[in-house]
Amino acid sequence: MKILYFAWLRERLNRGEDEVTPPPSVTTIADLLNWLANQDEALALALANPAQFKVSLDARIQPHDAPIAGASTIAILPPMTGG
Amino acid sequence: MSVTITGAPFDPGALSNAFLAQSDSAGAAVTFTGIVRSTPDRPITALILECYVELAENEIATLRAEAIKRFALLDASIVHRHGRLLPGQPIMQVMTLASHRQAAFDGAQFLMDYLKTDAPFWKQEETAAGTDWVEAKPDDDAARQRWT
Repeated sequence: MKILYFAWLRERLNRGEDEVTPPPSVTTIADLLNWLANQDEALALALANPAQFKVSLDARIQPHDAPIAGASTIAILPPMTGG
Repeated sequence: MSVTITGAPFDPGALSNAFLAQSDSAGAAVTFTGIVRSTPDRPITALILECYVELAENEIATLRAEAIKRFALLDASIVHRHGRLLPGQPIMQVMTLASHRQAAFDGAQFLMDYLKTDAPFWKQEETAAGTDWVEAKPDDDAARQRWT
């Protein structure tokens, strides 16, 4: 699956996206954020406070307990400031 | 007109006139335009808006449908810019059309409050010293809470 990063999160990681294959034990958005944070030091630092991020599955925002099965593009969204 | 996410400048007056011209049965229209601001105590050269366009289209379309239902609006239209904008340029426009004024005002405020907290846009202020991300404001969350 593709993971998209936006705004200061994208800048902090120095990349806009990752292609990842999480293990079957990763079933929800919360699991995924936790799993990503264990992948490398930059992700660990950037995702240290997962509650601040909204997450979308295939361009629809979903709660952190939502299952990720079937989603192909998951975006991690820092607090929004638009408008 | 409904939901438009665009990288191009828009003309608020032309959009408003077109929106108003579509109905004989409406008694009230509210047009709100957000404008890029540069102030003496915080002068900026530009505002840069990052956007996840596909998500913005989905979320704002859902929000628009909810506003129309909740306030019995005859129509609602949202235009939002992304990219690099200069002081004085319109960032966004929210328009509502209703039978009576209270619904038109309430619908526009509801849309505005949710756009501030739930629409996937991120602002960067560009100044002579460089660029800074704008932080989310607790006031915006509080404004949104009044509708729940």
